Amino acid sequence: MTMEVAFFVSGSVAVIATILAITRLVAVHALLYLIVSLLAVAVVFYTMGAPLVAALEVIIYAGAIVVLFLFVVMMMNLGVRTQEIESKWLAGRAWIGPGILSALLLVEVIYLIVRAPVYATMSSISTPKQIGLALYGPYLLGVELASMLLLAALVGVCHLGRKRSEARQ
Amino acid sequence: MLRLLWLVPAIPLASALTLALLRLSQRTVAWIGTCSIAASSLISLLVSISFVNAPPISGAYTQVLWRWFNVDGLRPEIALYLDPLSLVMMVVVAFVSFLIHLYSTEFMSGDDGYGRFFAYMNLFVGSMLTLVLADNLLLLYLGWEGVGLCSYLLIGFWYRDPANGRAGRKAFIVTRTGDTAMVIGLFLLFHDLGTLNIQDLMHRAAQYWPIGSTGALAAAFLLLGGAVGKSAQLPLQTWLPDAMAGPTPVSALIHAATMVTAGVYLIARTHILYSLAPQAQFAVAVIGAATLLMAGFSALTQHDLKRVLAYSTISQIGYMFLALGVGAWPAAIFHFMTHAFFKALLFLGAGIVIESLDGEHDIFRMGGLRQKLPVPFWTFLIAGCSLAGLPLITAGAFSKGWIVWGAYSAANGSAGLWAVALAGVFLTALYTFRMIFLVFFGQQNSQVTRKPGQAMMIPCVILAFLSIAGGYIRTPFASYLSAVLPWNPGITRRASFGEMFSEGIVALVFFLGLCLAYVFFLRRRDYSSALASSPASSVLHRFWFSDWGMDWLYHRLFVRPVVWMAKVGKGDPIDGFYTGVGRLNEIVWRGLSLSQSGRLRWYAAVIAAGAIVLIGVVIFS
Amino acid sequence: MTAIPMADGLILGGILFALGLAGLLLRRNLLLILVSIEIMLNGAGVAFVAAGSRWGQADGQVMFLFTLAAAAAEVAVGLALLLTHFHRRQTLDADSISEMRG
Repeated sequence: MTMEVAFFVSGSVAVIATILAITRLVAVHALLYLIVSLLAVAVVFYTMGAPLVAALEVIIYAGAIVVLFLFVVMMMNLGVRTQEIESKWLAGRAWIGPGILSALLLVEVIYLIVRAPVYATMSSISTPKQIGLALYGPYLLGVELASMLLLAALVGVCHLGRKRSEARQ
Repeated sequence: MLRLLWLVPAIPLASALTLALLRLSQRTVAWIGTCSIAASSLISLLVSISFVNAPPISGAYTQVLWRWFNVDGLRPEIALYLDPLSLVMMVVVAFVSFLIHLYSTEFMSGDDGYGRFFAYMNLFVGSMLTLVLADNLLLLYLGWEGVGLCSYLLIGFWYRDPANGRAGRKAFIVTRTGDTAMVIGLFLLFHDLGTLNIQDLMHRAAQYWPIGSTGALAAAFLLLGGAVGKSAQLPLQTWLPDAMAGPTPVSALIHAATMVTAGVYLIARTHILYSLAPQAQFAVAVIGAATLLMAGFSALTQHDLKRVLAYSTISQIGYMFLALGVGAWPAAIFHFMTHAFFKALLFLGAGIVIESLDGEHDIFRMGGLRQKLPVPFWTFLIAGCSLAGLPLITAGAFSKGWIVWGAYSAANGSAGLWAVALAGVFLTALYTFRMIFLVFFGQQNSQVTRKPGQAMMIPCVILAFLSIAGGYIRTPFASYLSAVLPWNPGITRRASFGEMFSEGIVALVFFLGLCLAYVFFLRRRDYSSALASSPASSVLHRFWFSDWGMDWLYHRLFVRPVVWMAKVGKGDPIDGFYTGVGRLNEIVWRGLSLSQSGRLRWYAAVIAAGAIVLIGVVIFS
Repeated sequence: MTAIPMADGLILGGILFALGLAGLLLRRNLLLILVSIEIMLNGAGVAFVAAGSRWGQADGQVMFLFTLAAAAAEVAVGLALLLTHFHRRQTLDADSISEMRG
């Protein structure tokens, strides 16, 4: 009972926070609302019986990725004039296309999910031990590939972030 | 003696080759050109005498020269076939050609195409003799095409004037239309009966095709198409008046005496086919009757001397077709013979008149030449009387009267056709004497600059003699041809009056025409000019002058669409289709490249839309 | 235990994904486009975990872990590129990188 309530409440918080995140004029505000959304999604994960993923969501997603965004925003030091620009860009007519497309996609997906009334519940809890065994068992290759991916990202970022030499101007 | 038959067409062909290849002086060309035809006609005379005295048992003599080719059952031979019909045709063609060659040695002297002229003329005579002596329809068609070619070459002989070239082209194209029908007829005959040898063809046709069957009808109508084209009958008669652009000996030989009668010969030769297809034979008679009337009316309004004679030729060949159509075969051939004599003479005389007046063609500008050119006048008058049919004296009266009688009494004859033929007699007399009175009588309007010489006068005199004497051999002629072209005059149909009565009416009509022409064109010329200028009759005059509007009709019906299609084709529309495909590709490419705007959110939107469509497909399938 | 129907979890994931898509198409600021991409990835992850919980296996969460790794790598590289672009053009307009057109 409580899990269901928690699921619905945090689900709604996540949705509302996301809506707010994508409609703010100031980038930092949007990022902060994003953090709220991510935290709400972490609670949703917990109610679905996945405590490890909930924790990882908070640590990595909200705690590393969004912080990285914030660092970049601070570095760029955009200022007040971006607000006017953003409000111009978010004029009335700009909402039509994205709104229609997203709504259509959402309707189709919900229709697909709902049309076969199979009553299945998310009723199991997965412990970190199970996840660890899965990771170092059948999904070992995936772990190695993920590490290589991260290495590649690291190298790329190092190269892109090098001090600018005169040849590149 | 019969073995010399092959020389008759071969000598003119050989001399044509010689004259075409070698450059010779004018005298030599004249000698070679004329002597070849003289030799040919002499040999034809010897062959005929030998044939008549000792006719072969089968009634005909075949001389096979060699086999042409042998392809899948078609085995035509170069073979010459002599029977009474082809004998008559051969002798007339050879002899008249000789006289005209003699005439043209003087007529064409001074022309720088002298050698070319005689080469063409000899080639023509060779082809025509091949045509009449041919054993099978393929060889006949060879001669047919040969005379068509020579006609084109000779009409456009003075090629530096483009109008002559146009006239030659018109003749060739119109006759070609008929020739195509004829070739299809040949295909049909070979396909159905398996041979093109004329005698075999007639036997098999009589065997396999019942009277009125579609095979016989189709073949007969198609051959009729060819005959109509070559003989300038309705509806393909428009080329002959324009063919007068050629030199006068050409008009005399080709367009009066010989080539235009090739159609008559073809139908007479295949008459068994026509008796198997009565509708086709009736069509022949109707075409002949209609043409003789139409051409008669047109001849009445012409003012170019040679054009009057051209329309007269069309009209007289209409008589021959009428005779063939009602089944009076010998009458048609007899009229061919007499017509060859007097029409050639008329043309030669016209040539003399035109040359004497230094190229004047308009008869309203001539007149009173009776005193200045006596011998031409008398020969022209004799020929004109023969054409109109002066009774008892001239050959034309005998042959035309025979046809008129045949139009009533023959197996397919009727009173209507008889009346039409009589109307034709009236018109013929009217326009002939109009021509004679306007040219030779009355006041002289142009100066005579030249008088004709011996070489031009002798053929005229000989032909004048033949125009009179040729008629008396009618009875032996009929009995001679009856083996090949059967007809018993007067017996085949229950007639309500006799031949004498018909001849009397013909004579009466002749004198009526003569008197009318006398009144209108000699005594009171003002009557005729008043008649011509009244509004109703001037419309009629213009209509008849332009050959009943047929040139105008054909121009609108055939020439304009073809020229339009050529113009359309000039822009290469089929190629346009392929360029169009390329162009379409280009348009589609341009349209699609508009969607590559380079903008990030546009691409994302397109991806989203595609995803929606795919999921939609999954949902709705 | 809990009796939340799987459909609800999937629908939540779907809503979050659609919102992310809307934000991606709507915003012209490159940074916020990247943010929207993160939202979309997050929504997909919710769906994965919901499915994995329904079947009682750890596979859904393992998939989410990999998604997380990929998201982290992509954010790092994307932000580096963003900074490069900003240094060159002094603007974060998404339409200013539309030179590959036609």
